[in-house]
Amino acid sequence: MSIDVRTAAPGPRPNPERPAPGAPVKLPGTGGQQQTGWSIGDRIGLAAAWFCGISLCVAAVAIVGFMAWKGVQYLHLEMLTSSPEASLDQSTSGGFLDPLVGTLILTLIGVGIAIPVGVGIAVWLTEYGRPAGLARLVESGVEIVAGTPSIVLAIFGLLVFQQSFMGVFSFTAEGGAVFGRSFLTAGSMMALIALPLVIGATREALHSIPRHVREASYALGKDKASTIRRVLLPSARSGIATGATLGMGRICGDTAIVVVLLGASMQTTPEEGFGGLLRGTGSTLTSYVYNNSPSGEGNAPEKAYAAAFVLLMIVLLLNFAVGLIGKRNKPQWN
Amino acid sequence: MEAASLNNVEVQAPDLDIDRTDRRVELLLGALASTILLLIAGMILFVLIKALPSFTHNGLAWFGAGGSVDDQLMDIFNSPADPADYVYHLRAWPLLYATVLITGVAVVISVVFSVLSAIFIVEFAPDRLRRIIEPVVKLLAAVPSVIYGLIGILVVVPFVAHHLISEDRKESVAYVIQLDGTSILVGIFILTVMICPIMIAIIVDALRSVPDKWVEGAAALGVNRWRAMRTVSLRAIRPAIVAALVLATARALGEAIMLSMVAGSVGFAPNPMDGFTFFLEPARPLASTIVDNAEGLSVVPFGQTMYAFAAILLISSAFLSFAGWAARKSFSRYTLGAR
Amino acid sequence: MELKEEQTQNGSAPGAEVPPLRQIVVESETVPIRVGDYAGPPDPEYGREPWQLNAGLDSDPIWVEERMRTEALSIAYGGKVAVSAVDLEVNSGEVLALIGPSGCGKTTLLRSLNRLVELTPAARRTGRIILDNQDVDTFDVTRLRSRVGMLFQQPNPFPMSIFDNVAYGLRERGSKKPRRKQLEPIVVDALERAGLWDEVSSNLNHPALALSGGQQQRLCIARSLAVSPEVLLLDEPCSALDPISTGIIEETIVELRNEVAIVIVTHNLQQAARIADRVAFMYLGDMVEYGPAGQVFGAPREARTQEYVGGGFG
Repeated sequence: MSIDVRTAAPGPRPNPERPAPGAPVKLPGTGGQQQTGWSIGDRIGLAAAWFCGISLCVAAVAIVGFMAWKGVQYLHLEMLTSSPEASLDQSTSGGFLDPLVGTLILTLIGVGIAIPVGVGIAVWLTEYGRPAGLARLVESGVEIVAGTPSIVLAIFGLLVFQQSFMGVFSFTAEGGAVFGRSFLTAGSMMALIALPLVIGATREALHSIPRHVREASYALGKDKASTIRRVLLPSARSGIATGATLGMGRICGDTAIVVVLLGASMQTTPEEGFGGLLRGTGSTLTSYVYNNSPSGEGNAPEKAYAAAFVLLMIVLLLNFAVGLIGKRNKPQWN
Repeated sequence: MEAASLNNVEVQAPDLDIDRTDRRVELLLGALASTILLLIAGMILFVLIKALPSFTHNGLAWFGAGGSVDDQLMDIFNSPADPADYVYHLRAWPLLYATVLITGVAVVISVVFSVLSAIFIVEFAPDRLRRIIEPVVKLLAAVPSVIYGLIGILVVVPFVAHHLISEDRKESVAYVIQLDGTSILVGIFILTVMICPIMIAIIVDALRSVPDKWVEGAAALGVNRWRAMRTVSLRAIRPAIVAALVLATARALGEAIMLSMVAGSVGFAPNPMDGFTFFLEPARPLASTIVDNAEGLSVVPFGQTMYAFAAILLISSAFLSFAGWAARKSFSRYTLGAR
Repeated sequence: MELKEEQTQNGSAPGAEVPPLRQIVVESETVPIRVGDYAGPPDPEYGREPWQLNAGLDSDPIWVEERMRTEALSIAYGGKVAVSAVDLEVNSGEVLALIGPSGCGKTTLLRSLNRLVELTPAARRTGRIILDNQDVDTFDVTRLRSRVGMLFQQPNPFPMSIFDNVAYGLRERGSKKPRRKQLEPIVVDALERAGLWDEVSSNLNHPALALSGGQQQRLCIARSLAVSPEVLLLDEPCSALDPISTGIIEETIVELRNEVAIVIVTHNLQQAARIADRVAFMYLGDMVEYGPAGQVFGAPREARTQEYVGGGFG
């Protein structure tokens, strides 16, 4: 069969009711022709997106710029090396060495607990996870912990650590009443704030390890436990570090737990006996800022701004660290 | 033939000896993971038991309105020492109302703002701006709330007090409440500023993970960039938006310090009939009430009342996680994990 | 090249009712070429080669006319020129295949026809693209893309139901949303033309991503057809599919040729020989040869084409 297309007449269209190609599709009730391009609604949406984006930029610049300006204005180096003094005059009320150290101690206790527990839970969830129902429950449990307000965690902690058998963690008064407030008690509740972040980041890191890596380890005759210890955990190190750093950021920034569980004194006040510092009370940068703001007792805005600036710098550093860890240490599997 | 030979393969029972260390590790880790369940159960149980007297003495009226909540709290704090004479009378409505109002308005504004900003950052922002704004948003998401509170009380509150509150306005409500700038307006504003970066960071990450092929597919059908964003990308990341929403709501619900600084810390229920003045009236949500009164927790009936507030927060945040989970599940029906 | 169906009996279980296995044998040692019959001297009016188009395909004669053309089209990514000064003509009623070794600019050329290449930030374009005697730069890019549809290498249905996928292009182009009832006939028609209707008619509300790869690709065809394009661009639409799905899609393409001008990029010379009416051979960004399929495969004018279709190219 041979057809010369140049001379052949156009054949009938298979379906005459169908619109010709390229003709706008006609839909009843839409004014005939389909429009393309940008409708009014689209333009409004686009304008709204630009508006929100630009105001976000303005707000971000305003907040960061304002805090930097106030920080440079009010921060003096001696503030970092002197303890707070009880004084109504801002020039003699001392610095915030104690809160700075308090933030450090609390952060270390918090991640010190959160890392081993969080990594353990994450490993169990990704590598074992049996029975499945329990794993599901644990997962939602972690989610609930992540969603619980820190003020609730704080007063729950107070409830627990005021039980008489918890006396070793804080200070026991003469009548046998347990004070329940100390770096240890606050730190262990802080661990709960960091825990979901550590678990989440570790799980993500473990999930991203391809199966062939595990299989290679099994093929070498290693059992699961040593595979986890020698192969998986080293590979997940950067994920764990990311989670821990995020957790440190949250711990540094929390105020409610400090206010409830670390006592009201601005100075670090160690208890007597073994581990007195950890069983004693103190303050952190957040509680220092709060107490020196007009809502607290001190009302020393200059000190508050300076401490807030230092706090912001710590958070900035931690943020920077997260970015660096994520970029540098990610194992390349492919 | 092959099938038959397959049937003849003897399946050996696994050698349990080799697995013993493994088994121990599994049990150990499993036990560790289960402690978190114990912890949650303990938390809910402890807090509820501690909170029970406050609820049983007031019944459902606990949630209702009536009288000044601050006076009632003062009476509870000053209860006689004899347990039989403990005062529990409380009508917590103003605190509940403040919690729902401030959280709700801030979250609604934030969702809209965050989604639009995230679209701007991912799709429309010039490259140079995007490179700067993204890390800044991540930083803002990590800024401690007390810093926002500090800026609020030292900058925004005085601004509101000087520019939005006239003498007339003060007098119009002077018989019920004093206006000094600390108000739900500032509370909502600062809370919005605080939770937006958290949501934006999550939504931007999610939008980035939307496969290019979907956006290209929409573009190839003659759909403009905005529509493609709205109808394909946003639809695909609805689970992430819900996750961001849940996280931000949990943060807003539990925000204690910042709101106690800028929202007035008065157990007052702002009256919507006051017109714009409504927004300038102070209030105090549950979480702030607890943190403001942390010193009084050792007074038994007062402590129990505070734990009742904590119980409400705990239950609502647990409910929030559950609602978020259910919503994510229903939204991911069409996604089928294809990301 | 042809598909052979062989029935093999399952010898291990005589007597059992075992359905015969369909074995598909793809012979790909050499490319069997059907050379079209020479039909007379060149026609000055049309300027076309007298090679018979649509060789060997049992289809009604169709009207061939120019739909789209490029004039001195060049595209560069940064400093790297991907397509240089290409003149290409796309006719309705034909399947035009772009062939050539990897990295020769076929896909770039294809993606530039609906200006999708502009989504790549570094891409720069010179030259003109003309659709129905109108420069495409003179009208809105969304209008162009709705007239020139595209199908991608990987099936990319949206994470929605099957119905919503096909209706997507119609819903998201105007300011008013048409109701489902109004869309239904168009969606059904598009699915029928894409050859998918029989398989999905009972579950239009199921997630599209639950379909098989071949079905997903046909769904994408239906999605493009629903907006009635004049030209359909196919970027290696079968490279991610199995031979059976490929066969079905090829049939669909050949049927669609009657209504839409089709441009297909393919690495598979057999596929080009099976379905193309016209072939453009590209090499390192240059258009080396352009002509009826029978001529390009059977009597290539250029040595490079000869080498490539003969399998001699790297």
